[in-house]
Amino acid sequence: MTSRYNRHIIVSEIGQAGQDKISNAKVLVVGAGGLGCPVLQYLTAAGVGTLGIIDFDVVELSNLQRQVLFGTSSIGQNKAEAAKKRLEDLNDGISIIAYAEKLTHKNAISLFDTYDIIVDGSDNFETRYLVNDACIITNKPLVYGAIYKFEGQVSVFNYENGPSYRCMFPKPPQSGSVPNCSEIGVLGVLPGIIGSMQANEVLKIILKIGTTLSGKLLCYNALTLQNSILKINRNQTIIQSVLKHKADFNTTKTNFNCGTKITSVSIENFLSEKNIQFIDVREHHEQPKVEALPVTHMPLSELKSSLNKIDITKKKAIFCQSGIRSKQAVELLRKLNIQDCFSIAEGASEINNILLSTRPIWSQNAKKL
Amino acid sequence: MLITIKYFGQIAEVTQKDEEQIETSKGSILELLSTLNAKYSDLKHKEFQIAQNQELVGLEAKLTGAEIALLPPFSGG
Repeated sequence: MTSRYNRHIIVSEIGQAGQDKISNAKVLVVGAGGLGCPVLQYLTAAGVGTLGIIDFDVVELSNLQRQVLFGTSSIGQNKAEAAKKRLEDLNDGISIIAYAEKLTHKNAISLFDTYDIIVDGSDNFETRYLVNDACIITNKPLVYGAIYKFEGQVSVFNYENGPSYRCMFPKPPQSGSVPNCSEIGVLGVLPGIIGSMQANEVLKIILKIGTTLSGKLLCYNALTLQNSILKINRNQTIIQSVLKHKADFNTTKTNFNCGTKITSVSIENFLSEKNIQFIDVREHHEQPKVEALPVTHMPLSELKSSLNKIDITKKKAIFCQSGIRSKQAVELLRKLNIQDCFSIAEGASEINNILLSTRPIWSQNAKKL
Repeated sequence: MLITIKYFGQIAEVTQKDEEQIETSKGSILELLSTLNAKYSDLKHKEFQIAQNQELVGLEAKLTGAEIALLPPFSGG
């Protein structure tokens, strides 16, 4: 019987020695979404010895158009766990670790420390800057990919003295100024292409063959098939300013330079409030719903046209999927002079977990409403 | 001098084109940008970096290149 990795081993540039390098590699993939799925699929098939997946989100029907590791039976399951289940069937000879939690300043450093290469497949700037900064601090190469409708960007950061993501975009954009896939849509095959390019960069780093995209940003356009490769220079001042946060990184409560001044508070602060309106600013299709609370739905994309749903006599506790759009909503409402708006730090799944554990207290108050 | 300007992502939506050629006598990237801001009024609300001849440059850089690209950040994944 030929081995699972025979088609790698017979390539002279890889061979058994190369395959051993792949087996010894430890790669962490942040986000098991459109980009994370193809990255995970190819790295699992290639035999990357230890593969970590971190994602707090759950699979929903609208993900299946592009997140190819999942099927209808995965809907409602945590993405990291659902991906692990599928990947273990693809390759049972490697170790796959699912972290069904959110990447934060608190857990990023200790998590990154245990891996050799970090892959960014996240879908928001807050996580992207967190991943970048944690890679600088832990000195890990970062394989970056990002998409917008029909276009993608790929690069390798913090590798062999190369630039970081902040050397290209020093500060996150103003919150809300750049839409994401759930707001604007994306061609389903695009993350497949960009994620596969990321997997290719990971394998080149492991095998030390070819040239990586370190110091270069590849811009791909699926409509015109035009590729541009732009050179990025390392900015030592920016990298030093991130390194300055090395000691207090774990305790940073909000992202420094994060484009928004809105801070978030835990839902637990509001559960005993009587004069409160809970507002879900996610799009209508997003799961899981929060059913244990009286929730007003006002998707961020329709916020300005649905202001009549706001009860101005009550405090407004605003939540979304991960605590980013809720900040954008609060920022927008404050600009419109609507007072007493708070951004909830937890996303919908975490809120449901908290409600499950504190239900008796909450239902008591719910009766009083 | 005649330069080619490439637009990516959300920037191409503002300009309604992927690329164009313009004749300019402007001396710096910043001056070129103010010309573009006047031409496309929504451009000033967008975030982007600028590449000259396939290399990212600062706004203060001298306009020397034949090709300029306006590159916005993408967050999607």
